[in-house]
Amino acid sequence: MSSIKLKNISNYICQNINLEVIDRELLVLLGANGAGKSTLLNIIAGLIDYKGTVFFGSKPVDKLTVNKRRIGYLFQDLYLFPHLDVASNIAYALRIKSKMTEEIKLRVKELLRMLKIEHLSYRYPKELSGGEKQRVALARALALSPEVLLLDEPLSSLDVQSSKYLRTELKQLQRKLGITTIYVTHNLTEAEEMADRIAIIEKGNIEQIGKAEEIFFSPKNKKVFEFIGAPNILNCDDCHMLGRGIVEVNCGGLSVIVYDKGRRIKKIALLPRDIYVSEIKPPGHTNVNRFKGTITDINIISEIVRLRIKVGKNNLLVELPYHIFEGMNLQIGDEVFLILKLRKIKAL
Amino acid sequence: MGWNRVTDKALNPIISLIYPIPALGWLPLLMLWLGIGEILPITIIFICSFFPILYNTATGIKTVDKHYIQVAKSLGVSDGKILTTVVIPLALPNIFTGLKLESGMAWRVIIAAEMVAIPTGIGALMMKVESLMRIDIIIVCLIVLSLMCFLFERVFIFLEVKLTGRWR
Repeated sequence: MSSIKLKNISNYICQNINLEVIDRELLVLLGANGAGKSTLLNIIAGLIDYKGTVFFGSKPVDKLTVNKRRIGYLFQDLYLFPHLDVASNIAYALRIKSKMTEEIKLRVKELLRMLKIEHLSYRYPKELSGGEKQRVALARALALSPEVLLLDEPLSSLDVQSSKYLRTELKQLQRKLGITTIYVTHNLTEAEEMADRIAIIEKGNIEQIGKAEEIFFSPKNKKVFEFIGAPNILNCDDCHMLGRGIVEVNCGGLSVIVYDKGRRIKKIALLPRDIYVSEIKPPGHTNVNRFKGTITDINIISEIVRLRIKVGKNNLLVELPYHIFEGMNLQIGDEVFLILKLRKIKAL
Repeated sequence: MGWNRVTDKALNPIISLIYPIPALGWLPLLMLWLGIGEILPITIIFICSFFPILYNTATGIKTVDKHYIQVAKSLGVSDGKILTTVVIPLALPNIFTGLKLESGMAWRVIIAAEMVAIPTGIGALMMKVESLMRIDIIIVCLIVLSLMCFLFERVFIFLEVKLTGRWR
């Protein structure tokens, strides 16, 4: 396996990009639609023209055409060959490379087992579900043991449950194979769950690179800030240990329970998407991290909606998917109930 | 054509000029060049079928989604192999559309050629028996023509289903 290094990469979208993906790392390229994520992936694959240098390990690969770069590329719409069954799709590249029939059979069997799709071997792509297609496409991309793996929003067409399940499996598989991977997405949750590191891309520029926590809680500039949604940072007036790593902090009249080792907490931070919103009082007797607030602002940004909610003396920013917001019929001035996700509250 | 841009640009204007000429329009010229014999109907059938089939094949190749080609390239496959293993198989439905249409058209054109210029075959027979008022033979000839068109189309449909039915 090898690292990927981009030096002064430019084209009609990308502007002088420098980026290094460490050997065996999974780097998530995160950005809005049209930010240049897929373009950058296509540059690495050698599918489009560019200026600058791409290194795989220490070797520059600019002069190599896409079919000589030894990459595994999972396209957003997968493009399984419709005229080949699952086994033949996976074996496609192996057959073209004139491998021995026995060798091909063994490799296909190994990949079918690895991706848990042995039972689909003789099915055609039109007979597969979305998740099954993803697995087959991944097996096909891995067939020739590529040096690097490029994944272009591979789970975007799946439902939430399947996407979540496949994310976990994909991450485990990447760790197991130790293959250097770039994963493109616009989904913050997906990025946080998958990434060893995240690179935020905006209008063809890499704005920030770092671990998920660094990116989400310390956005470097306004563009990153706006894209990921500014974290809620609350000043704590006092705090006291409740025992066994649980601390109660008082933030402007709100009593919030936080997991911490018991040091003096001055601030707590919580991402807007880690707060649940409900029109009705959530069931159960506990009041831990549950508050009532009033909506003061509603901002719809394509697939997500950001609500500004006044809770006591605090103004919290809350983010929810548009389809959920649509079903709730919320207006400015409405009273709502909030639940802060305990495990996502970060003591600063 | 359809695959290589240079070939496509070079041949497309020539094909576009020749394609609209009806096959029977070539008949006087071919009679002078080839004479009246076995080779004449074969050439007429070739001219009648070649251009539409070529046109459909090129269109089929052009309409193959470029992403399939990119996928194959990313798997390390050369252009030549991509043409034979991805592009042509995916263009098969279009190729068969051309073959099915032209199988019937070839029969109709050759019968017409036999009626006006070639002294042998079903068309010539129909013209001969017409002067003898043998309506029964004319009807039999028409039934034979109809059956042949039908049979040829069925053969191509059978091949199409055999080759593409499972995945389409």
